[in-house]
Amino acid sequence: MSTTEVRTGPEFAPVALVASGPAHTLRAVKVVYEREMIRFVRSKGRLISGLAQPLLLLFVLGSGLSGLTRSATGDIDFDTFLFPGVIATSTLFTAIFAGISIVWDREFGFLREMLVAPVPRTAILAGKCLGGGAIATLQGAILIALAGLVGVPYNPVMIVSMLALLFLTALVMTAFGLMISARIKKFQAVMPIVQLVLTPMMFLSGQLFPLAGLPTWLTVATRINPLSYAVEPMRRAVFVHLDMEPATRARLDPGITWGGWVVPIWLDVLIVAALGAVMLGVAAVQFRRTD
Amino acid sequence: MIEHEGAAAVEVVGLEKRYGEIEAVRGIDFRVEPGETFGFLGPNGAGKSTTINILCTLARATGGTARVAGHDVRTERDAVRRSIGLVFQDPTLDIDLTAEQNLRFHGELYGVPKAVLSRRIDDLLGLVGLGERRKSVVETFSGGMKRRLEIARGLLHSPRVLFLDEPTIGLDPQSRASVWEYVRALKEREDITVFLTTHYMDEAENCDRIAIMNSGRIVAQDTPDALKAAVGKDRVQITTADDEAAIARLRSAFGIEAGMHSGEVTFAVPDGERFVPRLFAELGVAIRSVSVASPSLDDVFLSHTGSTITDAESAERQIPPMMRAGRR
Repeated sequence: MSTTEVRTGPEFAPVALVASGPAHTLRAVKVVYEREMIRFVRSKGRLISGLAQPLLLLFVLGSGLSGLTRSATGDIDFDTFLFPGVIATSTLFTAIFAGISIVWDREFGFLREMLVAPVPRTAILAGKCLGGGAIATLQGAILIALAGLVGVPYNPVMIVSMLALLFLTALVMTAFGLMISARIKKFQAVMPIVQLVLTPMMFLSGQLFPLAGLPTWLTVATRINPLSYAVEPMRRAVFVHLDMEPATRARLDPGITWGGWVVPIWLDVLIVAALGAVMLGVAAVQFRRTD
Repeated sequence: MIEHEGAAAVEVVGLEKRYGEIEAVRGIDFRVEPGETFGFLGPNGAGKSTTINILCTLARATGGTARVAGHDVRTERDAVRRSIGLVFQDPTLDIDLTAEQNLRFHGELYGVPKAVLSRRIDDLLGLVGLGERRKSVVETFSGGMKRRLEIARGLLHSPRVLFLDEPTIGLDPQSRASVWEYVRALKEREDITVFLTTHYMDEAENCDRIAIMNSGRIVAQDTPDALKAAVGKDRVQITTADDEAAIARLRSAFGIEAGMHSGEVTFAVPDGERFVPRLFAELGVAIRSVSVASPSLDDVFLSHTGSTITDAESAERQIPPMMRAGRR
């Protein structure tokens, strides 16, 4: 190739970089976030596959079981009951996968480009979390739009509080994905983790059944599952806007109890937020060690 | 940024890196002056990439010190990172983004001022001949185009030192040549120090100075010409009817130690052309072919290490893969 042309002149003077500091760190967070969004928009398949499972749960499982569950759920259809939990877990899955996508970044070498940049590692991880949070919330919003089909009213307060809860928990779950990815070097290793960690978490989250009157082992398992604390506030946000018999409400939304004490919703949310901060911290430490 | 006037571009003293029992780098010293093109030459596993990783703050030395653009790689990590550009052996592009998006990402991450970023991207895409492909997704690029894009990216933030770790590995000869053309072009334009590793002898000739590395040590460093002159002997390679006998006869009749390299009896003598007629007259083993070459960097490597780069690499392949992975 002999097409090389050497251009010189004042316009090619070397650039002077901006000073490092909070402004530059924020800019790094933003560009990592924007990359997540560009990739999301480019891969529409991800959105469609992310929606497939919740739609199956809601309309196939929900409608299918409605007849069987009527005696217990009374005036509430089973798909109505499933609605908040399915939205919570499916979007949280999307968020976890957004975190795990850093394994792909590593496999394709791009992680290295990010990790050698003169910015704090936490800025990279924060950008990833914001991206995962935004993508998952977007997917949740599409599902919320289906509320009318399962007998949930379009109440603005409900919608706003659901979106806010989704965004918070999606941030946390992206951090969770990043944390478990810090040690995964190959993406073949991802599927076993999904099967052994994420699927049980989904089943134990209270998405499919109320977390009351369970056998002891199941009660314990659901209480130590962080997803439970993300599903419960979501269910409450929806149920306060539904009309139902007090007995039905007590049966379907008993709240999470610790040995008889009902954990208040604000504490559920706080637990989720605190876990997120811890997991992000652990991820930051892990990534510092694995250059 | 604070410039350290008069400081070496790279200054390394007593650098060591140990992975458990394995000593990847065993106490090396060298200095690269600003504006130089400095090459690290050696077989795979010689410790070149480990050294580069330490200089780029990606690995920590277990002994010795290293300064890059005047900054200590151990204590001034971010300052070092801001003053270096990196092109790794393995690609580090996001293949789902366009060429321009890859560069923009890098510019934002390194803090190139917004006012000049777009122009800088245009400029560098032009430099590496990818201006027309700026909106193309990198997935559609050939290996050579990707490497050129990585070089453009490595230069985006105007580094003082550009590190190229095996910049031409895995490329076809034409792309290899074009990578060198771009490196030369950018040297003319930007006042930059280039530090590269290679195990292609012919490419090392593009450097102002080279250090030859083998088994974690620098065995020689100088300009390519000086290194070749120091060897002082021509390389003679012959194929014969009986190589064993030829080697024995060379030892007994001429006092020359010959060895088998790339399937030919190989030895070094001063003034090879004049030696050949004697060889035919006195060897006593039928000679099928003869070649005489003035010293190349490969001979320099041979004379300092006792093996050619290719031989050193086939020996390397017998080291368990785990140990090799540690040195990447």
